[in-house]
Amino acid sequence: MRREGSAFNGLGVVMLKELADHLTSIRFVVLELVVMALAVVTVYVAAQDIKNTVAEDPFLFLKFFTTSSGSLPSFLFWLSLFVPVVSIGLAFDSINGEHNRRTLSRILSQPIYRDALLFGKFLGALLTMAVALVVLWLLVIGLGLLFIGIPPGGDEIARAFVFLLVTIVYSGVWLALALLFSILFRSAATAALATLGLWLFFFVIWPVLAGEIAQIVVPPDPRYMALGLQTPGTAVLEQVLARLSPSTLFGEVVVALLDPTTRALGPIYLSQLQGAVLGAPLPLGASVLIAWPQIVGLLATTILLFVIGYVVFQRQEVRA
Amino acid sequence: MSADTVIEAEGLTKTYGSKVAVDHISFTVGRGEIFGLLGPNGAGKTTTILMLLGLTDISAGEVNVLGFDPAREPLSVKRRVGYLPDEVGFYEQLSAADNLRYTARLIGFTSMDREKRIAEALNRVGLGEFADNRVGTFSRGMRQRLGLAEILMKGAQIAILDEPTSGLDPHATSELLGIIRRFKSEGVSVLLSSHLLERVQSVCDRVALFSGGHIALMGSVSELGRTVLGAGYVVDIEAEGAGLADRLALIPGVSRVEQTGIGKVRLHAERDVRSEAAAEVVASHGRLKYLGVQEPSLEAIYTHYFESKPDETLKEGARHAA
Repeated sequence: MRREGSAFNGLGVVMLKELADHLTSIRFVVLELVVMALAVVTVYVAAQDIKNTVAEDPFLFLKFFTTSSGSLPSFLFWLSLFVPVVSIGLAFDSINGEHNRRTLSRILSQPIYRDALLFGKFLGALLTMAVALVVLWLLVIGLGLLFIGIPPGGDEIARAFVFLLVTIVYSGVWLALALLFSILFRSAATAALATLGLWLFFFVIWPVLAGEIAQIVVPPDPRYMALGLQTPGTAVLEQVLARLSPSTLFGEVVVALLDPTTRALGPIYLSQLQGAVLGAPLPLGASVLIAWPQIVGLLATTILLFVIGYVVFQRQEVRA
Repeated sequence: MSADTVIEAEGLTKTYGSKVAVDHISFTVGRGEIFGLLGPNGAGKTTTILMLLGLTDISAGEVNVLGFDPAREPLSVKRRVGYLPDEVGFYEQLSAADNLRYTARLIGFTSMDREKRIAEALNRVGLGEFADNRVGTFSRGMRQRLGLAEILMKGAQIAILDEPTSGLDPHATSELLGIIRRFKSEGVSVLLSSHLLERVQSVCDRVALFSGGHIALMGSVSELGRTVLGAGYVVDIEAEGAGLADRLALIPGVSRVEQTGIGKVRLHAERDVRSEAAAEVVASHGRLKYLGVQEPSLEAIYTHYFESKPDETLKEGARHAA
């Protein structure tokens, strides 16, 4: 049986309203200002560092994203905190907020499908994140120019741009997760805590846990240990487990993109290095290729989480 | 479905697991009619409304709203039907007009049309001067009126109002009922649900009394009064004239005449005898000052019906009414 009309009726309207709401909301403005301040500080410190040490690096500009100095972590670190936290902050009360404000049944009694509301909310939040990230990205590039006065090369800009796109995709994962929890939990506070808890688990606990589990499942070989090396089986399992976390996937993509000398993500055998010119940069296409499974993994996670939320939302009762 | 019927439900049923929320109810609402779904909380009124709007699945039965099936053509139904949910909510940080603008965009009105409709609707519910105030500052009564403004703006042919008067003070209630009456005068059908019987009695043409998912009784308030209370008509007359009480007693159908004061007489009759009574007063050269028929109170009907009927007969009556 086909439904009457388009599922996307009203999609643009919902999306634009969400965008406007987010961009004017205090919670978003505050977080954005904090990150901007951090960006200025980290890029300034990175610039001091770069001036002193790595002046002959051909990918000087990418160092702005990755250089950490002393106690101050790199811009990348702040970004990997900012993206999930703000994404969760934007979406954790998407659906339960409408429920609790008692606007949901009124909005759904207008000639639109639930699809439009859910998809519009997701796209509105994603667009907000995209705007915020583009602003940040331009800020870093602009400050970089100001501080060291050397224009970036084409390849550097291309890499930084792909990095920007991947960051937007990464924020989609957390948006979809927060949206799902906003459908599952009627209380906004519960949804926020559950999403933040899951993020902390994946960001902090899981990398450690993955190593421990791998050591239990595949005990390290004493012969490798004697040489101070990791046992290959253990290392592979650890990586497989760690890659279940979206933050690990994002971290790997970033390494491949921002460090052009990266040839592989994960353990490497000596035979694979035969004929390689160590330390020579790869072309952008090759770097993207290395990180491609991770990029697809991030996209797939986003879609999967959104679809679960979609199915649950379609079957949910609208009455309060 | 006849041309004058806007909502037709036949054997409408909603089950949640093994729990039956709405059990085979049937009713029709005519064009320009105010139809009340009355009953205690949890009797199935809101579920019935959501099924009419296609906002919840129908377990069994047929519904037809303006010729459309809400389950299959929800957009056509929702384009023509306005809905005011129980304790309606708005976006607090937006102004009244902005809230309506959002809805108007969702409906798909063009921008010129939009502004005209919004201004008109807000003026009609008396919120014209508050158009640019944030809804966060609005009282409960103002929110309800804003909800009605949304229905007016939509140009709905049917207005479905869920508990429109609950939680309102008497003044706000009478204002709201006034707006609802105006809907009727413009040919808009109104389906309203309430657990406050006496408030809605005054506006409803017909009512359906809900109980445990059934429609226990359906009809106009005076019809129900007669079937349930068996009281017949009570006509009050205030007139001057000699031997009037005796003459009135002779009108066919009058069972009892009661003297309620000086020059005041109460007739108990099995039909509406107002015209005969008036003619009688005039014929005896009396001066008629007041002539009125007492409407039975819905509250009395409700209490009487549910107290006098044990469970079994209640279900019987429900099936009968259905």
